[in-house]
Amino acid sequence: MNRLTQAVIMLLLGATVIKATVTDTYLRYVKAGLGPYLLAAGILLAAAALATFWYEIRTARNREAAQAHDHDDHGHDHEHDDGHGHGHGETRVGWLLLLPALAMLMISPPALGSYSANQAGSVGLSAASDYPPLPDGDPVEVTLLDYASRALFDSGKSLTGRNLKLTGFITPGPDGSMMLARIVLTCCAADGRPIKVGLTGVSMDAPADAWVQIEGVYSTQVGTDPVNNAQIAYIEVRGWQEIDEPKQPYV
Amino acid sequence: MSTSESTHADIGEPAPPAEITPAAAPGAKKRTTKAEPWQFGPLEGLAVLLILLLLLRSRLSVVVSSAGLQTWTTIFVSVLVQAMPFLVFGVALSAVIAVFVPRSFWAKALPQHPALAVPAAGVAGVILPGCECGSVPIAGSLIRRGVTPAAALAFLLAAPAINPIVLTATVIAFPGQPLMAVARGTASLVVAVLMGWLWLRIGRPEWIKLPHRPDLDDASKWRAFWAACRHDVMHAGGFLVVGAAAAATINVVIPEAWLQSLASNPVVSVIALAVLAVLLSICSEADAFVAASLSQFSLTSRLVFLVVGPMVDLKLISMQAGVFGRRFAFRFAPATFVAAILIGSLFGGVLL
Repeated sequence: MNRLTQAVIMLLLGATVIKATVTDTYLRYVKAGLGPYLLAAGILLAAAALATFWYEIRTARNREAAQAHDHDDHGHDHEHDDGHGHGHGETRVGWLLLLPALAMLMISPPALGSYSANQAGSVGLSAASDYPPLPDGDPVEVTLLDYASRALFDSGKSLTGRNLKLTGFITPGPDGSMMLARIVLTCCAADGRPIKVGLTGVSMDAPADAWVQIEGVYSTQVGTDPVNNAQIAYIEVRGWQEIDEPKQPYV
Repeated sequence: MSTSESTHADIGEPAPPAEITPAAAPGAKKRTTKAEPWQFGPLEGLAVLLILLLLLRSRLSVVVSSAGLQTWTTIFVSVLVQAMPFLVFGVALSAVIAVFVPRSFWAKALPQHPALAVPAAGVAGVILPGCECGSVPIAGSLIRRGVTPAAALAFLLAAPAINPIVLTATVIAFPGQPLMAVARGTASLVVAVLMGWLWLRIGRPEWIKLPHRPDLDDASKWRAFWAACRHDVMHAGGFLVVGAAAAATINVVIPEAWLQSLASNPVVSVIALAVLAVLLSICSEADAFVAASLSQFSLTSRLVFLVVGPMVDLKLISMQAGVFGRRFAFRFAPATFVAAILIGSLFGGVLL
């Protein structure tokens, strides 16, 4: 692959990374904390591409100037240093960098959803030392992690008597039941693991992967995740509505 | 150098037929002769490919609409997005080492005797706050700048595992078990130093085949810097794509329930998690959290997971084969794998 082609691929990749960062689509793949670094990396990629363009054009101009002077090939002096003379196989693998760029630009893969939630066991929760009362609010918003932890390790003491609001996507549970899930990310989607909460009460007819906001109350029911036998907390649904996917799909 | 070809041929732009020196002809293997006013080069190929893909875009989304394939694409992209800053900054740092840091610096910075340089370089890994994708090109640059390969390899293995970010992540992932981070740091350092010494004893210089890089000796430092960045991004980045694809495949294909059955036997669980670390190719900054979630497995086997992961995994093997040559990678990776399992188990048995 010649240098200009490499530069085009790098520019494409850099632009894709910058676009994903600016439009927040990168949040489907990694944690928000990586954003600034991602932006810097995209800019550096684009800069390397532009530098390559610039040096290429200058080399070409030098050569033309040299050729105008005489037909001696000293204009090629700059040419033998290009580092691709040693074999096109060396950088041929670079073509593969088109794959992530094109995948992001054209397919724009969605955030992980029910498919992954079904494949992996619910995340292992550890008991916190104490569970302070929930903040004010009726209903009060609780994350799935917080709800499950309070329900399983504190026997729902801090949840009883409160109207709760939980956000997540629908994933099919065992025996045709429905569960509310969210993917917990530590770094990137490759290490994403689901947190699942079982649903009882009002029946819901939302399809898998639909994002919903439910209102409900603490339920004493506890189940197990068929994948890893982890304990799963349940919530009694009183009402629900479908919502758009949040900008930050992961927790 | 062989190619005195004109850039016009490279660019493939409709250039005015350049004056051709007879010497240029042998170099132009793949391309047609330059006497042609226009030719179909890689750049044109790229342009046609991009236009075709744009036209087929809607169909493309239909093809990847199955849930498994969609998950594959998401994980593939996310591994690369996660690795991209580390790759790019690692490449930039390695270009600085290759171009701006004089050779004499390394002679002064590291102990003269190779046997001492190995642990020194291993400990120096503490200062590189990143994951393994960045350390491969850096180690390549170090060797190129005259650092003894054994020391560069110790750095390569130690840096992704013992830097403060990774150890902090390990402490957070294993609350109440601070010894996990201690065991991880020491076991990783020991493996790295042992592998360096092993290289001193039985390694052969000819196993490492660093590609010829005349661009690094360019008279213009900045030109050389950008050339090094471009080359390493395309090169190491390309192999990273291979590794990410493999890791995404494993991630989607291996059912977790299947892992459960392996956790009961202590020996099997160690080997299973060591193999899983290689296959999953998770970034060393994240692997502690994954290890924490594999709670059915013994602490020792999870320690082995954390020691093996940053040193041997699919994307690393792929990148090492690209940067150092296949003969190197296919010897080094299995040896490191065995050493990491043994030492990880030893530290796990004693400390955890």
